[in-house]
Amino acid sequence: MTGLRYVYAVCRPFGTPLQSQLKGVAGDPPRGLTHHGLVAVVSHVPERDFAEEPLHRHLEDLDWLTETARAHQGVIDALTTVTTPLPLRLGTVFRDDSGVRTMLEAREEDFRRTLDRLEGRVEWGVKVYAESEPKKAAQPAQKAASGRDYLRQRRAQTRSHEEMWQKAESFSTHLHEQLSAFAEDARLHPPQNPALSKATGRNVLNAAYLVPRAHSEEFVELVDRTKGELPGMRIELTGPWAAYSFAGEAT
Amino acid sequence: MTVVERREVALVDLLDRLLAGGVVITGDITLRIADVDLVRIDLNALISSVNAQVPSPFEELL
Repeated sequence: MTGLRYVYAVCRPFGTPLQSQLKGVAGDPPRGLTHHGLVAVVSHVPERDFAEEPLHRHLEDLDWLTETARAHQGVIDALTTVTTPLPLRLGTVFRDDSGVRTMLEAREEDFRRTLDRLEGRVEWGVKVYAESEPKKAAQPAQKAASGRDYLRQRRAQTRSHEEMWQKAESFSTHLHEQLSAFAEDARLHPPQNPALSKATGRNVLNAAYLVPRAHSEEFVELVDRTKGELPGMRIELTGPWAAYSFAGEAT
Repeated sequence: MTVVERREVALVDLLDRLLAGGVVITGDITLRIADVDLVRIDLNALISSVNAQVPSPFEELL
């Protein structure tokens, strides 16, 4: 079969076959390409969509990106049921199988080291939102009687606004410290864009934690206990994910 | 895994991981997403074009 090779993940050889109905990013079922004792999970993708130029163009199409991201995640998800995959960045494409083999050889040491580090671990996502509505503070509660009143009101509003952010900040910092102490590793992602997340409130913490699968239940309980600790803070937990955020070299 | 209910993964959480996480392959490779920051910017431009009527108040953070 012709076409380019899309690579999802690198794994150690796994005995269990992937579900036969599993489809990759362009509909082609993913398969393992074994080389030097490592398996690259690969599917064929058409050049018209995945060559460099069309790929960049497609990345600006939210529908295409959504579909591709979901298909990529579907393959990684299936892999997590049979092994601990090392996920690659979305859109890693090679010309042919021999390009994939060359890559496996070139990165062999790194892959083995990282696979050892991630073995049996999962990633949990924790986000904190400050739910108070800052817009309210921008409008005076009542009409100021004088210039001095107006300034006094403005100062009070600014103060309460600042206090709220300080509270949100110290709550997130404390939570992050607590969760980092429990987890083996942690990463901070940039706060999410509300236009994309459709979430209410301001995202003040967007973090990922690497946790042994066996300690996941404890981690989830730890997060649950902090919910409702501080009014106006909303905590969201996502996962378990494959260790996407920890696939780079350890820091 | 049964510790939490499986819900559909939010796209935004997925993109945090797929566009900023994962192993980046460089070197003797024909094609790849060249630059994380570039993608991040593309994505933001994309979002604002889709949601032009909802400007992001947090642009300075992204």
